[in-house]
Amino acid sequence: MVTLTAPPVERPAAERRRNKPGRRLSPLLLAFVLVPLAVEAFWVFWPAIQGVFLSFTNWDGISPPTSVGLGNYTEMVGDPVFGKALLDTVIWLVLFGGVAAVGGLGTALFLQRERPGVGVYRAALFTPVVFSLVATSLIWQSMYQPDGLINNVLGGLGLESWQRSWLSESGTALYAVILPALWRQIGYVMVLYLAGLKGIDPVLYEAATVDGANRWQQFTKITLPQLRSVNSVVLSVIVIDSLRSFDVVWSLTKGGPFHSSELLSTYMYATAFQSLRLGYASALAVVIFLLAFGVIVTYLVRAFQESDS
Amino acid sequence: MSRRSPLREAGYHVTASAVSLLWLLPIILVVVTAFRSFDDVAQHGVGSLPHSFTFDGFAQAWTDGGAAQALVNSLLVTVPTVVITLTLASVSAFALSRYDIPFRRTVLLLMLAGNLLPPQILLVPVAKLSEVLGIYDSLVALVVVQVGFGLGFYTFVLHGFMRAIPTEIQQAAVIDGAGAGQLFVRIILPLTRPALAALSALAFTWVFNDLLWAITVLRSEDRMPVTPALLGLQGQFVSMWNVIAAGSVIAAIPTVAVFLRFQRHFVAGLALGAVK
Repeated sequence: MVTLTAPPVERPAAERRRNKPGRRLSPLLLAFVLVPLAVEAFWVFWPAIQGVFLSFTNWDGISPPTSVGLGNYTEMVGDPVFGKALLDTVIWLVLFGGVAAVGGLGTALFLQRERPGVGVYRAALFTPVVFSLVATSLIWQSMYQPDGLINNVLGGLGLESWQRSWLSESGTALYAVILPALWRQIGYVMVLYLAGLKGIDPVLYEAATVDGANRWQQFTKITLPQLRSVNSVVLSVIVIDSLRSFDVVWSLTKGGPFHSSELLSTYMYATAFQSLRLGYASALAVVIFLLAFGVIVTYLVRAFQESDS
Repeated sequence: MSRRSPLREAGYHVTASAVSLLWLLPIILVVVTAFRSFDDVAQHGVGSLPHSFTFDGFAQAWTDGGAAQALVNSLLVTVPTVVITLTLASVSAFALSRYDIPFRRTVLLLMLAGNLLPPQILLVPVAKLSEVLGIYDSLVALVVVQVGFGLGFYTFVLHGFMRAIPTEIQQAAVIDGAGAGQLFVRIILPLTRPALAALSALAFTWVFNDLLWAITVLRSEDRMPVTPALLGLQGQFVSMWNVIAAGSVIAAIPTVAVFLRFQRHFVAGLALGAVK
């Protein structure tokens, strides 16, 4: 799950004046800022810079890296597996992202109103979120077995011709892997939307009802616009989560069969730690970073504006 | 608000119950499978109704499968990671939100930016770095890298919280002669407790459920936390679905326990800031 949240709630005007209790910064305060920053710099920023640097080399992890210029990037152009992984990542983004967003909003609207039993329904949809993606994958793997629940149900419905070995056929592997990821993500997106819906002033709906707006008009004219900031959070979460998706695929198919469920993230991992082509793997990681870059910047700009207030 | 006929209300509950049940079906299935015997699974198939009830799967996953050791490893990693991350994040959030530190906004956003990076770009260098430091394949490596990667997010969220604490409280304490350290421990930290509770519950699950960092900095099977160990179990007990299911249940129990115990905090943590 991606670690993301919307910028904090805006504070009343009285808060905007910055308090300045200590003009001179005590060493303690400096340490408060610098120690965490140094930890992150050492384990995140420094490795990230190294990662970019390594993407221009043909490092194998043993002999010293030698520069190949843009060689890794030009190799990608002719690498069919890279093409497949890129395509699958885009499919993942659209399908996983789209269904998670729509499903999350739908279930949130459905379970929005407080009434007896609604807490239980919400909890049911939310429960998968606490499982690890690996545990989730193993649960689904048993259902996908040739003698598993899914084929049994299809057989019971007289749909024998639909039965598959879902994870080991190229045509179905990717979609069979997306499903467990969705099962877990929808509950998460639902919680984000439930919080957003709760923040909408009921007066807006009352006014709309008085004006004779129907359900659909209320949804498009009030609910959706009011959810704008949650939508952008959900969008960021989905894009970043999609590009990071690794655990489900790695547990279920390792990208196979024949790279049919390969994502950039799994291809990158396999290239680095199984083929030991660390230079090429770093270049793949840089591509993932570039794909996420737009979303990251948009997000930071928003956060920047918020912290300005 | 709107008119509610009893029929529509009943229809609502039927639909909602059906969806909930469908959602819980995989979980029910894995629990049922975990209690079946291997012979039953082999004979009737993994998707059939149970014909047996036994704890064999759990026993095998626990001892032969190494789930016991893996759980210990997970706790050895998760608890220190959560404590260290939240400690570092709260001190930096405190300084950045309550004092005029030069470039404080830049620092905050830089830290957040680090957390938004796709971890893939860090994997190779982090593996190398931990090798150079001589901590590769040790739980220490897993703790420090997860602390470093998570910090930005927690700092950002806590910063938002601490910013909202009224200045008057701080001024009163400063007039009474409290220094930064006292102000932090006595005033700000207690007021931040709800946020810390929410983030602890969340961080516990995230760290506990991690796979990628573990398989990047660890090698030995016996050092793996529960989540990557499950993959080992999957390889070791191929098509022994009762053992694999039991392992999954064991791996899920701690996070489910945290979720049930801190449900409110947990959901609050996820929703943190999603509303504006």
